[in-house]
Amino acid sequence: METVIFDMCILNAQIGVGMKGKKTVLQNKVFLQKRAYSLNWMAGACITGCLLILILVGMIHTPYDITKMDSAAKLAAPSLKHLMGCDNFGRDIFSRVLKGMGNTFVIALATVMIGAASGVVIGAFTGYFGGLLDEVLMRINDVVFAFPSILLALVFVSIFGTGKYNVVAALGVAFIPSFARIVRGEFIKYREMDYVKSARLQGVSHLRIIFVHILPNALPVLLSSVMIGFNNAVLAEAGMSYLGIGVQPPDASLGSMLSESQTYLFSAPWYAIFPGLMIILMVLGFSLLAAGKDTM
Amino acid sequence: MKYIGKKLAAMLITLLCISFLVYLAFDMIPGDAALSALGTDATPESLAALREQLGLDRPFIERYLEWLFAFIRGDYGMSYKYHMPVADMIVPKLPITVIMAVISFFMMVVIALPIGIYTAKHNGRWADRLIMAVNQVVMAVPHFFMGILITYFFGLVLKLFTPGGFVSYEKDVAGFFAYIIFPCIAIALPKVAMSVKLLRSSCIEEAKKDYVRTAYSKGNDTNKVLYRHVLKNAMIPVITLWGMTLADMLVGSIVIEQVFNIPGIGRILLTSISYRDYPVVEAIIILIAFVVIVANFCVDVIYQLVDPRISIHE
Repeated sequence: METVIFDMCILNAQIGVGMKGKKTVLQNKVFLQKRAYSLNWMAGACITGCLLILILVGMIHTPYDITKMDSAAKLAAPSLKHLMGCDNFGRDIFSRVLKGMGNTFVIALATVMIGAASGVVIGAFTGYFGGLLDEVLMRINDVVFAFPSILLALVFVSIFGTGKYNVVAALGVAFIPSFARIVRGEFIKYREMDYVKSARLQGVSHLRIIFVHILPNALPVLLSSVMIGFNNAVLAEAGMSYLGIGVQPPDASLGSMLSESQTYLFSAPWYAIFPGLMIILMVLGFSLLAAGKDTM
Repeated sequence: MKYIGKKLAAMLITLLCISFLVYLAFDMIPGDAALSALGTDATPESLAALREQLGLDRPFIERYLEWLFAFIRGDYGMSYKYHMPVADMIVPKLPITVIMAVISFFMMVVIALPIGIYTAKHNGRWADRLIMAVNQVVMAVPHFFMGILITYFFGLVLKLFTPGGFVSYEKDVAGFFAYIIFPCIAIALPKVAMSVKLLRSSCIEEAKKDYVRTAYSKGNDTNKVLYRHVLKNAMIPVITLWGMTLADMLVGSIVIEQVFNIPGIGRILLTSISYRDYPVVEAIIILIAFVVIVANFCVDVIYQLVDPRISIHE
């Protein structure tokens, strides 16, 4: 977690060593840092906001039908007619990028929701009650955690087949352990606190303590990990679609567009650049938001 | 030593659990070795006969144990698709993937350390701001897109290598390394960005602690305090990250192999998944999990060397 940052110079200045003729501008510096972070927040909010609008627009209307092929416009360069050019079948890349972003967003959101919801329940109960259940579940957690999430998803897909919903299920399961760990840590921290003990003495039930008294305190930490988890989900989904085991054609996805674009990299670099850029912007927007949020 | 023994035991148990779960998962899929061997002309009688011959009618635990011991001996079974031992398919390709992961790991350490230390030392100045801004963007780039960008700029524009022109290490060692260096950059760069960020914030966080003031008051200059005191403590979370990235790199190279058209483990894994060639998938997944867990074990051991306090806490 990032907090307000002091640099080594300030530290030197504080204790009067190695000032190198600098003014002691501690407050100025802290102010500058704060401003840098709110800048992060604003930039993140702008990027994410714009992308969300694009995604929403893409769900309602796209300039061209995403499966409509136009043999006259094969690999056409970006122009006013086709903002991001056309692919090897003459399909409009901009429309496909809009739909693909929508797919990625929905998959990532569903993945994180599955992971976070199950993680919260597992983490809350194991952290709050402890004991044998905690031991056993945490061991299982360690086993799943030791398994790279894409690999787990590959096992899932090879057993249940490819497709959108299987990717969501596979990545969702792969994301549970990290959320469970974080929530468990928070619950262990809070379960010994006086307010929990006093609530218990007043006869509040365990369930109510877990969800009404402790969980709200764990929310800030949970929110950060949801944001990071969302980014990981976007990257994992893109990777799986790139490998051809995620969203299936003719449905559009950023990952599969990238994999198709590689054949035409020299003659039509824009085919690769725009979908890739959109993945970067999606991830960048959320990580800037997360970086800004931590210092607010 | 007691600490290492404990970790070793935990590692073995985890390995056993994973092998059991993977075997169980693949055992539950409809369709087995007998069905795939006979194909479409299977009759219930011939199927039952072959199952008995292959020992598929025995209890699950018995089959699991037999499979496990065969696996430890290096016998991974027969491929359904190619009708050859899985070991013969995997073993020649293993060095490619492992060498790629190892090179990218060292690349990451060598690039990330100086940049991380530089930004921590000069934190708040324009150079630091610039590096951290670039860093933030690089972190958002998926490694396969990084691979595509590298193919475009280094391969097609600068012509430093021929995209798709992979040569096996058996034929031409120099050519192999000259080609493989580019996918390694693609794997390493996003991880470099992550480690730089972590190293920088960890150094800055450590620099706030009391022992740093003591070190200064004893007359050390910034460099001495940084290298002899701060860095030792600041490296601990970074080592954790590196232990985790070793696994990521191995899995990442599966994807990167597709980008750069390298016939490594990843290629076999993906084709086997699409052919439903389960013995191959099973063997590769367990091998990767094995490497990942051994890597985690090594991290735990290195951890204890760097920070002896850890074994006391455990």
